[in-house]
Amino acid sequence: MDNIAGTRSALGWAVNLSVLALVLLWLFPTVGLFVSSFRTADQIATTGWWKALVPAEQNLTLRTAPPETQREENGRYVIAGNLFLEDGREPAEISAWGISSRAIDAYRPGETAELRRGGTITVEANGDYRMESAEPFTGSRGQRVFVTAEIPPEFTLENYDKVLGKGVVKRLAVYALAALIFAFAVRWSLRDREGWLVAALPTVAGLALLVALSLVFGLSEGEAEGAQTTDNMSRAFFSTLTVVIPATVIPITIAAFAAYALAWMEFPGRALLIAAVVGLLVVPLQLALIPLLKLHLAIGIGKGYLGVWLAHTGFGLPLAIYLLRNYMVGLPRDIIECAKVDGATDFQIFARIVLPLSFPALASFAIFQFLWTWNDLLVAKVFLIDATGETTVMTNAIVELLGTRGGNWEILATAAFVSMAVPLVVFFAMQKYLVRGLLAGSVK
Amino acid sequence: MHPALQGLITIIIGVGGCVGYFWLSNLVLDKVLFPPRGPNAGRNINRANMIRPWLFLFPALAALGLYLAYPVFETLRLSMIERDGVEEHWVWFANYARMAAEPKFIEALRNNFLWLLVVPAASTAFGLLAAQLTDRLRWGNLAKSLIFMPMAISFVGAAVIWKLVYDYRPIDQEQIGVLNAIVVALGGEPQTWLQIPFWNNFFLMVVLIWIQTGFAMVILSAALRGIPEETVEAAIVDGANPFQIFFKIKVPQIRGTIVVVWTTITLVVLKIFDIVFAMTNGQWGTQVLANYMFDKLFRANDWGVGSASAMVIMVLVTPILVWNVVNARREMK
Repeated sequence: MDNIAGTRSALGWAVNLSVLALVLLWLFPTVGLFVSSFRTADQIATTGWWKALVPAEQNLTLRTAPPETQREENGRYVIAGNLFLEDGREPAEISAWGISSRAIDAYRPGETAELRRGGTITVEANGDYRMESAEPFTGSRGQRVFVTAEIPPEFTLENYDKVLGKGVVKRLAVYALAALIFAFAVRWSLRDREGWLVAALPTVAGLALLVALSLVFGLSEGEAEGAQTTDNMSRAFFSTLTVVIPATVIPITIAAFAAYALAWMEFPGRALLIAAVVGLLVVPLQLALIPLLKLHLAIGIGKGYLGVWLAHTGFGLPLAIYLLRNYMVGLPRDIIECAKVDGATDFQIFARIVLPLSFPALASFAIFQFLWTWNDLLVAKVFLIDATGETTVMTNAIVELLGTRGGNWEILATAAFVSMAVPLVVFFAMQKYLVRGLLAGSVK
Repeated sequence: MHPALQGLITIIIGVGGCVGYFWLSNLVLDKVLFPPRGPNAGRNINRANMIRPWLFLFPALAALGLYLAYPVFETLRLSMIERDGVEEHWVWFANYARMAAEPKFIEALRNNFLWLLVVPAASTAFGLLAAQLTDRLRWGNLAKSLIFMPMAISFVGAAVIWKLVYDYRPIDQEQIGVLNAIVVALGGEPQTWLQIPFWNNFFLMVVLIWIQTGFAMVILSAALRGIPEETVEAAIVDGANPFQIFFKIKVPQIRGTIVVVWTTITLVVLKIFDIVFAMTNGQWGTQVLANYMFDKLFRANDWGVGSASAMVIMVLVTPILVWNVVNARREMK
């Protein structure tokens, strides 16, 4: 359609703009959660996250210093200081202030208000205040002052410290940077070689360094103040990891052999088996819950990691076999027949020729299974999580947070983002293989 | 034992066990049972080659049979059985009758049909739109990658994301949910979106549409690329406008792929659980079949009705299952 003279530029603009609108619409909700995870509970509750990016007019409730700090000057009692510093905040520009919750913007900066219990207070634009009275101030707490001020954007890592443990994000960022540089160095040193091993090696080397650094230097500087979720979330993170890795690796191994048999071996009933695999591809796993839980309890596996690994293996196999078989069937017949003529056994052909050539399909399925097991809630709830809750996974921990702390957006947003970070990294790093797998996997 | 260590050992046992099994069983077959030597060498080779495929297939078949095929029949049996302590007796369709009499089940069935009508259609339409618009764009790949991104996010994560979008504050407070902020800015009253009967279903569907559009877009975009250039060029020469080219030339040529995308999303919709579980847990008239089943199985501990509702999901899936198998068989011939 770009050959139609005249309409081209107008249409081009329209297309560009509508794609931009679509992308922004799709990103907007996620960005909201991401931004919220860097804001304090107070900020989240008082303003929308979209206002966090620009300086915003906010209403704050601050307090002066308590009466015990008063001094006597020329026979008058005086309390002076800065409202923002008193509250541990950055100074900001006050546009209006008040001392009653019913009239929070009654005074301009520099004006003086009469206090209800006697005396006066003056507040300057930068937050400096001065209370004066002929009588001594009494009570244990300072005077409440409501201010309307232009607050600059302010972000904090406090939430991450609460959810993951103190300093974890900072350390992880440093380690990840080191791992990334190391991975690129490995990639660069292997630039002249080819093959699937070379493609995978930089990633593996980077991950290994990341794990090694975390183990040697540690991740956490201890628990953050007032954190009740730290323990729970970091434990959930590791049990998710414990579920995911075997549940990804084991089905690949089993499926690779089966796919080879279905693709390159002649035997009666082969077509029937392939049809059965296609059929099982769509069987809802809901049906498997009760019979298998019964089975697991009967043979003594009960609820636990072993059960969830087996379940994920079973549920992942149809897609694994289907994807791998479709890929293996497309490999050139000549190579395999030459190897047969040269006297290679099926096992050798599989291990030395077919498996290395199938690397893209293996990677596709690995990503699928990884994303699916990491993001799974139902299978973990049924086969893993027992009454003690020792082995909770991240998705379940978040659902529980939704129930108990539905209003604590800072914790909820941060926990959700921590659980999304790993799949998002995998997604952006391996998107090529994911797309390839999707194209091969949708039954045509 | 630390679970991470246990995991490592499982990987080693699992993978090592698999590889060891394949290697050893091949070895036994070739060296012990039917050695390709001696007077019967020819016959032995043939026999070994007849058995070998089944050695390769055995672990996969065992796992598939046990974890997917057997449960279908066991669930069917459980749905027709009443448990009375340890004793079981056949009640045939009594569980189904009990289920059909429950208003919550009817509600779940109605909602599932609503989901089936809306989500696959909307996801495919948005996906097709995004695929077509990004097709010739210089930054098309980046745009696609960003629209595709929700695929990596768990349903639970998506539920949290969208709960923030739908958040409600009383009218005298500042709204922190985008949707209510827009409504208030336009002069409306803030709403508790997830509690408005009937319409709240659609607010839940938006979450799944948001996730599945990327999937539809990726598949359809590849299909659009596969359309022969000549057909489009011929249409341009004949004076077709861009909309005619899209609807009359391109869409008919990728009809097969559209059907595939549609059915794949339909399967996801039939099993939808996490979004409803995390956002409303079926309250305020948003129940769906999978969540109803979970409720019956693990909260009410009623295996009969739970299994019966699982069978309803199976029955709804069956037409797609048959269609897939028929297609796959036709393709292999």
